[in-house]
Order: sequence, then C-alpha cells, then structure tokens
Amino acid sequence: MTTTQKTADLPAAKSADSAGTPLLQVKDLHVEFHTRDGVVKAINGVNYSVDSGETLAVLGESGSGKSVTAQAIMGILDMPPGRIPSGEILYRGQDMLTMSGEERRKIRGRKIAMIFQDALSSLNPVLSVGYQLGEMFRVHQGLSKKDAKAKAIELMDRVRIPAAKERVNDYPHQFSGGMRQRIMIAMALALEPDLIIADEPTTALDVTVQAQVMDLLAELQREYNMGLILITHDLGVVADVADKIAVMYAGRIVETAPVHELYKRPAHPYTKGLLDSIPRLDHKGSELYAIKGLPPNMARVPAGCAFNPRCDRAQDICRTEVPALHPVTEQDGTTLVGRGSACHFWKETIHG
Amino acid sequence: MADLDKQGGTPEQGGGDVSESSTTAEVEAAFAKTVDRGEPILQVRNLVKHFPLTQGILFKKQIGAVRAVDDISFDLYQGETLGVVGESGCGKSTVAKLLMNLETPTSGQILYKGEDISRLSGRALKAVRRNIQMVFQDPYTSLNPRMTVGDIIGEPFEIHPEVAPKGDRRRKVQELLDVVGLNPEYINRYPHQFSGGQRQRIGIARGLALNPEIIICDEPVSALDVSVQAQVINLMERLQDEFNLSYVFIAHDLSIVRHISDRVGVMYLGKMAEIGTDAEIYDHPTHPYTQALLSAVPQPDPATRDQRERIILTGDVPSPANPPSGCRFRTRCWKARARCALEVPDLAVPAEFRYVEGPAHHDSACFFAEDKPEVTHPQEPPAPEDPARGRAD
Repeated sequence: MTTTQKTADLPAAKSADSAGTPLLQVKDLHVEFHTRDGVVKAINGVNYSVDSGETLAVLGESGSGKSVTAQAIMGILDMPPGRIPSGEILYRGQDMLTMSGEERRKIRGRKIAMIFQDALSSLNPVLSVGYQLGEMFRVHQGLSKKDAKAKAIELMDRVRIPAAKERVNDYPHQFSGGMRQRIMIAMALALEPDLIIADEPTTALDVTVQAQVMDLLAELQREYNMGLILITHDLGVVADVADKIAVMYAGRIVETAPVHELYKRPAHPYTKGLLDSIPRLDHKGSELYAIKGLPPNMARVPAGCAFNPRCDRAQDICRTEVPALHPVTEQDGTTLVGRGSACHFWKETIHG
Repeated sequence: MADLDKQGGTPEQGGGDVSESSTTAEVEAAFAKTVDRGEPILQVRNLVKHFPLTQGILFKKQIGAVRAVDDISFDLYQGETLGVVGESGCGKSTVAKLLMNLETPTSGQILYKGEDISRLSGRALKAVRRNIQMVFQDPYTSLNPRMTVGDIIGEPFEIHPEVAPKGDRRRKVQELLDVVGLNPEYINRYPHQFSGGQRQRIGIARGLALNPEIIICDEPVSALDVSVQAQVINLMERLQDEFNLSYVFIAHDLSIVRHISDRVGVMYLGKMAEIGTDAEIYDHPTHPYTQALLSAVPQPDPATRDQRERIILTGDVPSPANPPSGCRFRTRCWKARARCALEVPDLAVPAEFRYVEGPAHHDSACFFAEDKPEVTHPQEPPAPEDPARGRAD
C-alpha cells in the first residue's frame, strides 16, 4: 500500500539530510500532568522514529498515552497542567523541545501537520470550510483572501470533494462525516508537510467511508512521499496500511515490530492478548480470549511492568522491575531488525 | 416472508415470480416445517417508521418524511442471536426502538409470540415489556449518575413488583451483580466509580433483572476498549446459554457480529438488503452492498492486504428523507441498470439461486445478485503456525 523507498526525486537539500537522520525521532520522551490528585505520568520514556514515505502505526487503548505523544510532537500539549520533564523530539536532527516558539511555529503546519479524530468538533462551526482551509495560506504564506480561497478550492479538489467550487462557502455541518474528514486531511496537506500525524482519523466513520478515507490518505502519502504517524486502536486498519508498529501500554512502548512480524509472532503478552481477542473464524462458538482486568489508572500505575496484574506470565520480577525494551532475536540469536519487546519473558512469548 | 423458501425448500411456491408476496397461510405452513428452530419468538412484518418533516410554527404542515425504517420483515427465534449490521443512518437503532416499543411504527406489525405488541398500551404493554429488555450503547450516559448501582439494577423491580417482593430485592440485585461478574459488595457504589466495561456489565445486569426472553443490544461494546470488548462479549454469550436468551445484536463491527450471531441481517437506508445465517452472509454474500461492506472491513492480518479485492464505494449514503427510486443502493452500486431505478427488489432468494442448494440460497434484495465468496476470503492465508496461539487460559 505505502511505498517505503526513499525516492530519488526529492529536492537535493532534503535528500542530503535525510540520508542519516530520520525525519522525526522521539527519544526517551516523558510527559506528566500535574493535577489536584497528584502527578500523573502519562508518558514514561517513549522512543520511536519515522522516515519519509514510511507509515508508523501507534497502537494502544484509551489512556495509553498515544495521543499525548502526538500532542507533544505537535507542541499543542496544554502546559500547564502538562509538563515535559525530559526527552527529545528531533525533527531532521533538531530538537523541537529546545526551540523558541517562533521556530516551532515554522515547523508546525508547514512541516508537521495533524489530522484530528473528530472532524465536527475540530472545525469551527461558524466559519465556512473555504475560509478555514484558506487560513493556512493566509497565515503561513501571507496570501490574500481571494488567492487563499482559490487555493482552498484546489485543495478540496485534491481530496476529491465533489463540486468543490460550489461547496467552498459551505459550513462544516453541511458536509457528511466522510467529507468533513477529507476537509481535515486537506487542511493538513495544505502546506505539503513532510510528516502527518493522524490521530484516529477514521474512528468516527463507517467502514465503507473509512476505506475511502484511508485509501485517499495512502495515495496522498505516496504522492508527496510523506511520513505518516497513524494513531489508532484498530488492529485491522493497522494491518492494512502500516509499515511498522509501536504498541503502547500505560505510557510506554511495549513492543515495536514491522507489521508482518507483529501479527505473525507477537513478542509481548499484551500484543498477543490483543491479537487473540479478535474474533476469529475458526473459533466461532467458543469463548473469545479476553485479557483479564482493566487498563491501569495512570495516576496509580502498578509497580514493575505495568501489564503485570493482567498478564498470564507474570512472575515476581515483573512486579518489581520495569522491563526495558529488549531487542528481539531469533532462537539462534540472529537479530530481528526493528523488533523490540518490553517484557522480561519475551523469549518465552515469541518462541513459545 | 424472509424464511419462506429456505424453510420449506419448495421452489415451486412463488412460480418464479419474485414480487408475489406470500399469504399468511403460506407463511404458517412454512413455519410449521421448521422443526429445528421452533416457533419464532418475535416476528417483524412489514415494519415502517417514517418521521414527519414539518414546516411552519403555528400551522405545521408536513412537507415530507424521513423514511428511517421502510418495510422490513424478519424473525427472531428462541435462544438465537440475530445480528443487524449497517452504516450509520441506515435505521438499525430505529428498529431497536420500535422493537422496544419506544417508538410507534407508522405501519406494520411486531408479533411477540403471535401477538401484535406495537399497538399495545397500559397494562398489556407493561406485561410485554417485562420480556423484552435493552442494553444501550453508551455505558457513560445510560446510567443515572445520582443513583447507586443497587438502585439502578433494582429499578425494574419497582415497576414490576411481582418479580421480586420488596424484602427480597437487595439479595436479587446482589445475585445479578454476581452473575455479570461484579463484586456484590459494590451495590452501594455510584456509576462513576466503575470503568466503562464494568458499567456495561451494570447495564446488562439491569437488562437481566426481569428475566426477559429477548434482549436488544444496541452497539453494546462499541464504546469499550478493545481488550475489554472480548470480556463483555464472552459474558453475553454465557448469559445467553444460561438463560436461553434471544438477542437482537445491533453493531457496526462486522467481526464481532459474526462471532456472536447465528443469523445476520444487513440494512441499507431503511431496508433489509440481505439476511441469512452468518456463514451465508459472510462467506457467500450475494447483495452488492454486503459485498462492498465486507470487503471494506480492514482485516487484522497484513498478509492479506495485497491479495484482497476491495470494493471501494463512491459517495455517501443518500438522505433517507429523499431516498432513490427503485433499489435504494443503486446510486452507489456498480451493477445498477435501468431496472434498478424503476422497480424495488424484494427480499427473497434471488432467481439464480432458487433451485440451487447451498450457501448462496438465502434472501437478498437484488436483481443482479451474484455469489462472490472471494470478496471476503481472497486466498485463505495460512493460519499462524505458532501452536501457543489460540485460546491460552
């Protein structure tokens, strides 16, 4: 679906620095929220990276910190109560967390853009979609109202909204859910960014519309050779579009793997549990596998491995020591590229 | 009329004329032959619900109608699960409300054990409602935040005091909590003290309180986390076996519907497009809409992603206030021809499959129905070889 090749037709300046450093790299990111009830550590050391043209899927349940990571990257975290005590977010090697607000604003929207989940509440109901789309051009490129509107129509055409010219002055409520999500995509694409972060872009949509939107996104990504961070909880969507996957649980990445590998041989009990709990054809009639218990409250994360109260494999060590993200290897010791598992017993999990 | 041909296996009945509707006598004759499933507990016949669109403030005049549910018929048998799938706006939740008698149908009948319940009121309605209960979609808004769990689950007993005498209620509520897997000591807690999955269990306990025969579940797990969904689905299946419940299971997650349902109905814009057993619908869909719907579902298996033939529908669902003439699906259908705009296809076994035994022999409202098993199962990918996978518990 998505092309992973580093295309040669990029401008020379871009390909020069993308040779070594990844497009975006998150290093040991921590985010905490200071609330009345104490400090909630929402993210505890997240690492991942995305290259141009690559799709990284961040998989996790609600409260796992997947959206907070995205907000930290975009710099739209509410601070306070949020705080980033440590970590780096490197865009083409530059740490965005140490940049001035002015520098960050140059990257936000222009280089890294975001598609939000709920298009209806992310669009301003009292402004026409054309005005909202044109805002990108007016603010970032200083275009006139007229030129910006022409650009907006062009964008709406590109995300295949029928009769763009007539609809540019319509308001968000006049569009269907799928069309609204296309407008969100158009807005993110406006300045042709290098990286798009899509936070549950299709969760609110019906399956037939979801297929349309995901197709469009994949096509545009190919066309512009963008990096894509897809945040979702849907194992089906991930399997369809991702190149590599990071599974998050309680503010940590518990497993990373290329997409085919993850589904074939999960190396973390949580991932394995999630995959096993999908209804499968051959198990019709029998009970579904269910991970016992509930996702933890982030204000009271269990000691040791956060997954230990729900894990079948939990031993004493799991209750005391936080497992690091171990590199995963074959039984004979050959490394598996791009794989890691934050489980003390990853060997047992992957090799049975 | 849904099960006529299938049940009797008498293709000569209709004489090839699809549009001829069967008489009540024929229906009864056909049902008499269904020894395996017994009497249907709920029969829905030509159910219609139109919501009027009005204009003017003082002198309201009707300028049209939203045809939310437009002439649908199906049966529900004792102890079975009927899944209802469809996109948002197709009328599946309106069907749920009609079955619960929360809306009055514009026309049509809902027969509970042979008695039409859609026009009942007062005491007779109250008596019927004991047997049909509902589990709602959103466990966050369907529980009163000011009531304790004990009051929420015990409220049905206030309305139907004959089920549990006053002194007995607390014990009954605690029993119910135990049945749905919650600690009976939580009886005095409030909804906000529970997680989403636990709240949905409370909703299910409330639904079970009066020992109903039918439970209507409107998207019962879609608001829950993935890892918690399986727990609730397992609970619902266990309760079904224990109490011989019939479920009408409305959802948009097609894999969960397949897992839990015995039969599945596919709705599109207020009409039933196709209905059959789960294997018939999922493995041998004959209606183009079902095929498109199934092919659009992302499969949680990356190995199939390049082999799968995907049918991407164009456009959106048309407005139910102004549905297309003829077949409702024709505006998005790649097979549509002139006939589709003129005639409304009946929900019956398509002519091509009428004399053929097999999974394609089920009701489908399409003139150009075609068995297309490859849509959902490209080439069955080899199952993961890891022997430890599967149900480890």
